Amino acid sequence: MFAPSVTHPIGDFVREWVPRLAEYLPASIQSDTLNSVIAFLINAVICIIAVCIVNIGSAPILIYMERKVCAHVQCRLGPMRLGWHGTIQTIADVIKMLFKEVYAPSGADKLMFYLAPLIVLIAPFIVCALIPFDKNLVVADVSMGIPLIIAVNGFGVLGILLGGWSSNNKYSLLGALRSGAQMISYEISFAMILLFVVMISGSTNLMSITMGQEGTIFDWWIFKIPVLGFIAFILFFISSTAEMNRAPFDIAEAEQELTGGYHTEYNGTPFAMFYLAEYIALITNSALATTCFLGGFFPPCIGIDAVDNVLKMVPGVVWFFAKIYFMVWCYMMVRWTFVRPRVDQLMDFEWKFLLPVNLVLLVAGAGFIVISG
Amino acid sequence: MQKQLSMTQYFKRYLKRCITGPWSLICGLSVSLKYFFSPRRIVTEQYPENRKTLKMHERFRGRLQMIEDADGNNRCTACGMCERACPNASINVLATKNIAGKKVLGRYVYHFASCTQCGLCVEACPFGAITMSPEFEVATTDPNDLEMILNKKEGQG
Amino acid sequence: MSLSLPPGFRLERKSNTEEFFINMGPQHPSTHGALRLTLRMDGETIVELVPHFGYIHRGMEKQAESMSYLQYIALSDRQDYLTAIQNNLGVVIALEKGMNVGVPLRGEFIRVMLQELGRIASHLVFYGCFGGDLGGQTCLLFGFKEREMIHDMLEEVTGSRLTTNFFRPGGSRYDVPDTFIPRVKAFLDHMEDTMKDYERFLSKNIIVLERSIGIGVLTKEDAIAYGCSGPVLRASGVNFDVRRANPYSIYDQFDFDVPVFHNGDCYDRYKIRIAEIHESMKILRQCVEKFPTEGPWRSKEKPVRLPVGRYYSEIETAKGLYATYVVAATTGEKPYRIHTRGPSFPHIAALNKMVQGHKISDLVTIMATLDPVIPEIDR
Repeated sequence: MFAPSVTHPIGDFVREWVPRLAEYLPASIQSDTLNSVIAFLINAVICIIAVCIVNIGSAPILIYMERKVCAHVQCRLGPMRLGWHGTIQTIADVIKMLFKEVYAPSGADKLMFYLAPLIVLIAPFIVCALIPFDKNLVVADVSMGIPLIIAVNGFGVLGILLGGWSSNNKYSLLGALRSGAQMISYEISFAMILLFVVMISGSTNLMSITMGQEGTIFDWWIFKIPVLGFIAFILFFISSTAEMNRAPFDIAEAEQELTGGYHTEYNGTPFAMFYLAEYIALITNSALATTCFLGGFFPPCIGIDAVDNVLKMVPGVVWFFAKIYFMVWCYMMVRWTFVRPRVDQLMDFEWKFLLPVNLVLLVAGAGFIVISG
Repeated sequence: MQKQLSMTQYFKRYLKRCITGPWSLICGLSVSLKYFFSPRRIVTEQYPENRKTLKMHERFRGRLQMIEDADGNNRCTACGMCERACPNASINVLATKNIAGKKVLGRYVYHFASCTQCGLCVEACPFGAITMSPEFEVATTDPNDLEMILNKKEGQG
Repeated sequence: MSLSLPPGFRLERKSNTEEFFINMGPQHPSTHGALRLTLRMDGETIVELVPHFGYIHRGMEKQAESMSYLQYIALSDRQDYLTAIQNNLGVVIALEKGMNVGVPLRGEFIRVMLQELGRIASHLVFYGCFGGDLGGQTCLLFGFKEREMIHDMLEEVTGSRLTTNFFRPGGSRYDVPDTFIPRVKAFLDHMEDTMKDYERFLSKNIIVLERSIGIGVLTKEDAIAYGCSGPVLRASGVNFDVRRANPYSIYDQFDFDVPVFHNGDCYDRYKIRIAEIHESMKILRQCVEKFPTEGPWRSKEKPVRLPVGRYYSEIETAKGLYATYVVAATTGEKPYRIHTRGPSFPHIAALNKMVQGHKISDLVTIMATLDPVIPEIDR
């Protein structure tokens, strides 16, 4: 029942030491199942802490990065005052937000109102647990990784709909309904691109997908399939932007039209949860894009041995995070460049453009695989 | 709002948009990238770190001030033209009589809180006794600071 | 079931689904000032719209009854605060008609140059707000970044960035400093490059085209019936520009085109303002070349006293036709009444017609392209 699911040496270490320490317990309750249960629980806590550090630790960095990228595109400097070039600014903002008064508007459904931000946080954390950060750094090496990711994305929709409905505010309702329609539509496109990745790599396990990109930079799925890989990457980029409710697909929280959309009535810690969920989703979607298209934790080797040996000395985790931050930068540049399409134009874009293109891509990908053997 | 298109027209427009759409978006991205990668274009100033080098234009209309020389002599004759010119009564010229019985300036009361810094008083003064100073750091937490007396001693005219 | 409608709504209920009323209140990120819009919605579609004004009414016309003419010039800055320099001219031309004074050539050139700079400044705010309201907040910063250069020039000449209070009957308050013409030249060169960037950023962007072509159509008849003016009127096909129809100052000496488009939708209103920026730059270049290097900038200074009568002036500000009507009941320094006709009021009045059947996102786009300034409506 409690088969070892953490493959990292830390997992083995825990499994080795728990029986030894359990010998100090009274003999009546010693048993193998107890040992494996305790080992599992300790491993689980370690994994949770690791995932939390990666995500919640990255969120302030991402918020700072967003403000700086935004500023530099707009010919200004961004936060410069707190800390060196404004690095402590996010911490100050977080502390301020945590100290704000938390209240629900009158007439709001209090249970749903406070539950909604927590539900939105579920999906990114689960996806983050599936992603391989290095050869032996994956929390849950599940064989059906991709379908699980697609399934879990539904929590985001649920959280936003609940938040908007329970706020007792017309703007929130409009925002939530728009977002519900948008996220459900773009999940189809998202799933089809991931299906394309499954097709060309031959497996739904994220570790196998990454291992299929071993080698040089031209073995990455984005380059291995001549043109289709790049098109698939762009389509994944668009679909994931829409899944995260980020501009240019942020009609749910369109500030100029709806003054805040589904999070109009939120403030303080619940608002911080929504905000955090957006940035954690950014990290996890970037990690997913890196895993599926950009070679995961492999360095960008070119084929020349001298350069490759230097590149391989850098640990895979560092390469992984470098690629994640590059993807995050791309998401941010797109956010601060484009204007927002209207709601029905957004739906048109998905159903009349992205879906046919995805289908054509799948057929073309299948054809490519058949031709190239 | 838009006229109905036939099927062929729709498909032609669809295919055309598949090319022009992404191209226009790439053009937009190129402008963003150009501005991102050229820090020479930064236009904001880091105030208050650059206060020492900050200099306002000479015509800048900051606070009102009375032109006085080192001894405190001013050119005001208490004629009251500035008081009449002010659109919202921010100036009160209180005149007194000096020893010779001539009307001179007693106190020049300036309500900075209601001043709109339009400069009509400076324009109206026939003697050039007042001017707008280039001082712009005039924020204060005490409202009593905003009721100012601009002259240091009673004028001679 | 008869639903009692909130005040102002008139249309009969047509749809079978429930309608609801939403309030885009005076505090909203995208109403251009303190404007309250009550919308009657059927889902996301707007059925009817009723605007409510008065949130920034400051009683300017009432104040004008107790102020002198010069003081009113200082007050007129605060009407269309995005181009205060243009408001000043409107009042001053009416005063000059009363006082019967002329303006020397250098003074006229100064007027034209500052007017066109103000027009470019206002259209840059339009560009910024158009992109910003559509969702690309970078555009907001781009528009205001270029406006800073104009503000700097205005500060150097007039003493203030926004509330300029510069023109006087017979000329202007000061002469322009020597550094003004070189700065205008540098600004024009900079703007040529920057406008290319800005047009590449928005003008052909497919999302912008999708969101503005065919949206908010104002037909020619409606535009004339509501009394629209300026770019809104010219985008609907009516070739009316006060600088050509009723020339003031020395505009008849300059060679510039008046762009006119015929669809009357949001994209045309956007295109026309970008074209007007280019035309203004053309006029500025001609001014810079022909600027008289010497000569008086103001005719002999006289006290501002108008004889009994009624005096009217109209000018073409960036927003449209700005008219001032001065009634002097006694010969003196104070008017009996000054009335200003701001161009934004008819535009907001026409908003109801333009927006029916569209969505909230379209409402934001239409408001952005009408480019209203609410303090000008409320005064």
